[in-house]
Amino acid sequence: MGYPVMNMTATEMNQTFRKRPIYLDYAATTPVDPRVARKMMAYLTPDTEFGNPSSRSHLYGWHAEEAVEAARQQVAALINADPKEIVWTSGATESDNLAIKGAAHFYHNKGKHLITCKTEHMAVLDSCRQLEQEGFEVTYLTPEPSGLIDLNKLAAALREDTLLVSIMHVNNEIGVIQDIEAIGELTRARGIIFHVDAAQSAGKVPIDLGRMKVDLMSLSAHKIYGPKGIGALYVRRQPRVRIEAQIHGGGHERGMRSGTLPVHQIVGMGEAFRIAKEEMREENEHIRQLRDRLLAGLQDIEEIYLNGDLEQRVPHNLNISFNYVEGESLIMALKDIAVSSGSACTSASLEPSYVLRAIGRSEELAHSSIRFSLGRYTTEQDIDYTIDLIHKKIRKLRELSPLWEMHQQGVDPAKVEWAAH
Amino acid sequence: MTYSDKVLDHYENPRNVGSFDQNDPGVGTGLVGAPAGGDVIKLQIRVNEDDVIVDACFKTYGCASAIAASSLVTEMLKGKALAEAQQIKNTLIAEELALPPAKIGCSVLAEDAIKAAIADYRNHKHEIR
Amino acid sequence: MSIYLDHNATTPLDERVLEAMLPYLSSRFGNPSSTHTVGRQARAAVEQAREQVADLVHAHPSQVVFTSGGTEANNLAIKGYADSQETGAIAVSAIEHSSVLAPAASLGRRGWQPQEIPVDGNGTVSTEALRATLTARTRLVSVMLANNESGVIQDIAALASIAREQGAVFHTDAVQAAGRLPVDFSACGAQLMTVSAHKIYGPKGAGALIVDKSLDMTPLLHGGEQEKGRRAGTENVAALVGFGKAAELARQELVSRMETLGGLKACLEERLAQLPGVTIFAQAGPRVATTTFFATAGIDGEALLLNLDQAGFAVASGAACESGHQDPSHVLLAMGVERDLARSALRVSLGISNTQQQIDDFIEALTAIRQRLCGGSARLTA
Repeated sequence: MGYPVMNMTATEMNQTFRKRPIYLDYAATTPVDPRVARKMMAYLTPDTEFGNPSSRSHLYGWHAEEAVEAARQQVAALINADPKEIVWTSGATESDNLAIKGAAHFYHNKGKHLITCKTEHMAVLDSCRQLEQEGFEVTYLTPEPSGLIDLNKLAAALREDTLLVSIMHVNNEIGVIQDIEAIGELTRARGIIFHVDAAQSAGKVPIDLGRMKVDLMSLSAHKIYGPKGIGALYVRRQPRVRIEAQIHGGGHERGMRSGTLPVHQIVGMGEAFRIAKEEMREENEHIRQLRDRLLAGLQDIEEIYLNGDLEQRVPHNLNISFNYVEGESLIMALKDIAVSSGSACTSASLEPSYVLRAIGRSEELAHSSIRFSLGRYTTEQDIDYTIDLIHKKIRKLRELSPLWEMHQQGVDPAKVEWAAH
Repeated sequence: MTYSDKVLDHYENPRNVGSFDQNDPGVGTGLVGAPAGGDVIKLQIRVNEDDVIVDACFKTYGCASAIAASSLVTEMLKGKALAEAQQIKNTLIAEELALPPAKIGCSVLAEDAIKAAIADYRNHKHEIR
Repeated sequence: MSIYLDHNATTPLDERVLEAMLPYLSSRFGNPSSTHTVGRQARAAVEQAREQVADLVHAHPSQVVFTSGGTEANNLAIKGYADSQETGAIAVSAIEHSSVLAPAASLGRRGWQPQEIPVDGNGTVSTEALRATLTARTRLVSVMLANNESGVIQDIAALASIAREQGAVFHTDAVQAAGRLPVDFSACGAQLMTVSAHKIYGPKGAGALIVDKSLDMTPLLHGGEQEKGRRAGTENVAALVGFGKAAELARQELVSRMETLGGLKACLEERLAQLPGVTIFAQAGPRVATTTFFATAGIDGEALLLNLDQAGFAVASGAACESGHQDPSHVLLAMGVERDLARSALRVSLGISNTQQQIDDFIEALTAIRQRLCGGSARLTA
C-alpha cells in the first residue's frame, strides 16, 4: 500500500515494543492493532473512501455509510446488542456525559436522585457534579476495602425518586469487576435507569446485554487496540431508554448525537471489537499468566500492598503500593517502564489517587502506588525485566528513605507526631 | 515534571546518603516535613570543636527535587562554619538546582532541615555542658 | 470512482497529512495525559498541532480548544457560553449550519429567547439587520464567516463590533472559511470561532473552538483536565496531528489554492451562465473560491443529482447533514428564493485536486442531463 508501518505483523509489533520504555500502561491507552490500522487506511487514503456518510447524493457518501453500519454491527456483537442500540460518540468520556446528563435531563420530572460510586471515572463523577449544580442530588457510595460495592449498601441507597444508577464495570485503576448483572436486577425491578461505564471491561470481560439489565453502556475504542477519538453509547431499546442530546445539529445518530461521523475511526473501532470478540478468551489466559508471574516476582518485597480484590479483577491489572517510598520519585526511578500512578487523567496533579483513598488507603500509600496494566503485546521478558527493575529501585529508594530507616528500627512513622507541614 | 540536569544528577547519584549516630554529641539531626505532605528530610551534620561542619549526610523520602535539594545541601555544608551554614537560603538551593516553580517548597524544606540540624546540635552541646 | 465536486461536505485527506498522522496510529500511541515518555511524546504532538491550528487563524495556541469536530465546537460555543451566563437572548443568523441552529434552539427550550438575524437577497447579514435584531438582553451572537451552501462571506469585523457595542459575545463558525480565505481571529473581533479539520484536507473527528481567554465557559464534556478543563476526554492524537498538518499546509498554500480554485470557479460559473435558465445564487456578494450554488428553474434538483451521480459526478443539493431531506435549503429560503427554484438547487464545491478538464466534463454532462430531463418527460433513469 506504500505505507509500510501499516503492514507490520504481530512479531514486528512485538519488536517495536522491545524498545525501552516497556509499555505497561495499557489501561491508559493501547496501541492500534496493525490489523485495525490496515482497515482504517482504506478510509484515509486520498483516492479512496473519504466520503461523508451523511452525503446522500453520491457513492462516496453511500460507501462511507455502509462502512459505518458494518462497524456498528461489530461493536454491537461484542456486547450482544442490536446495532440500532449503538450511538457513536467521540469517546467514553462523551458517552458518560451523554448517558448521565442526557438521561437526567430527559427524565428530570421522574426524580432528582442519582447514585454512583466514589471510585468511578472522572467523566462520571464530574457529570454528576454538574447535575448537582443543576439541582439534582447524588449519592456517592463508598466501596469496600476490596474496591467492590456491597450490594446491600447499594440497595439501601435506592430511593423512591432515584432516577439513575451509574456503576462502572471494571475500575480503571485497580481493575476490580463490579457485579453489574446483580445491580441490573435491583435497578430494573424498580424502574431505575442503569448506566455502566464499560470502557475498561469491553474486550476483557464477557458482556451479554441480552442477559444483563443494563440500560446505558459507555464504550471506548482506544482501550482495546482501536483508535482514539471514537467511542459509543449503548442505548437500550427494549425497554426503551431515552436521552436528551448533548451535541445538537444535523440530527445524526437518530438525533442523539450530531456531527460528521469520523468514518476511519469508526471502522477502526469496529475491527478492534471484532478482534476482541474473537481473541478475548485466549488473550486473557495469556495475560493472566504474565500478571501472575509479575505478582509472584514482586511478592518477596517487604511492605507492599495489593490494591483491590485479586479474584474479582481483570487479569490485565495489578496495582501495588510500595510503603516508605514516595510516589513521584518512584515513578522517576521506573522510567524504563511506562506505568502510571493513579489514573492518567489525574497524573499531572500531585493529588493522590482518589480511588485508592476511597478504598481506605492512607495518603502516603496512595501516593506510592503503581498501576501495572498489561496487554496484547506484553511478553515474559517485559515482566522479568520489570520485576528486576522494581527490586533494584525499591531497594535504592528505601536506602534513601528516613521512613524506611524508622521502620527498620521498629518505629512506625505513622505514629510519629510530625510537625505541621 | 521537567527537571534540570543537576536535579537529575543528584537524584540518580545522591551524595552523602546515610546516617550518623544521633546520640553522638558532635552530631546534629534535623528531621523536617511529614509523610502526608509527601516529603521528609533527615539531615545530619557532624561538627568539630571550632563549630565547623566536617561531615554531613541525609536520608529523604520525597520527590526528585527534595532528594536533590538534600543531596546538594550536604555538599554545601561540608567545611562551613555553623554561622555560615545558618545563612544558606532556600533561594540559593532553588537557583542552584533550577527548580521548577511547583517545587520551590523542596528548597524551603531543605533550608528548614539545615536550621533544624544546627539547632539540634546546639541543644545537644548545651545539654552535655 | 466518480469526480468529486462536494468538498464542502468533506475533503479527501491530503497525502502529506496522512504521512504526519501515521506514526500516531502505530508506534507513537501514548495518552497525552500520561507522564511517562510515551505519553509526553503524544502531548508534544498535540501541542504542536495546537500551534499549527492557531497559526492558520492568527490566534494564540492557548486560545485553541480541541474538539471532536465542528459540530461539537459550535455546541461548545453556544451552550458552553450560554450555560455560564444568566438567561438572556441569543441571536443567530437565518443561514447558520444546523450545528449552530440546533443548540440555539435547545437554549430556547431552557428559557433563552432565540433571535433570528435575517439575510438579504445576496445571502448577506447587513449591519442594519444585526442592529435591528439585537436587544439589551442579547448575550450571544453567532454569524458564520462563510456559508456552507452559498459560499457567501460575511463582514465579521463589522458585525462583531456591533455585537460588542451592545455587550454581546460574538461567535463565528469559520468551518468553511479557514483554509479558503485569510482568517484572523485576533483582528476580526469575534471572541469565539469554530474550525474543522475535514474541510481542509484533514481527518474527520477533529475540530477546534478558538476561545478568547477572558470568556467564562461551561464545558460540554466533563471529567478530566484535558484542554485546561474546557473539554474532557482523551485527545484524539492522530487526528489532531492531522488537523495541525492540514492547517499548516492550508496556511502555506492559501494564496495558490485561492487562485487555482478561483480560476476554476470563474470558469465554471461562466459556462453555467451560458446555460439557459440557470440562476447562480449570491453572485453579487463576496464568496469563497470553492463554492457555486445554482439552480435551473423547472428541473428538479434531486433528479439532476441522481443523474449526475450516475454520470460520475458527486455533487450535492445543499448541506450534507441535511441531504436526504426533501425540504429546500433553508439558506435559499432565507435569501427569499422561491421554494420551487430552491428545490432545484445544486451545490458544486471544488477542491485542490479538481482540474479544468473535470469542469469541462461536468458542464458537458450537465448539459446532456438537462436536455434529457427537459426534453420530453423528466423521468428518472435511476
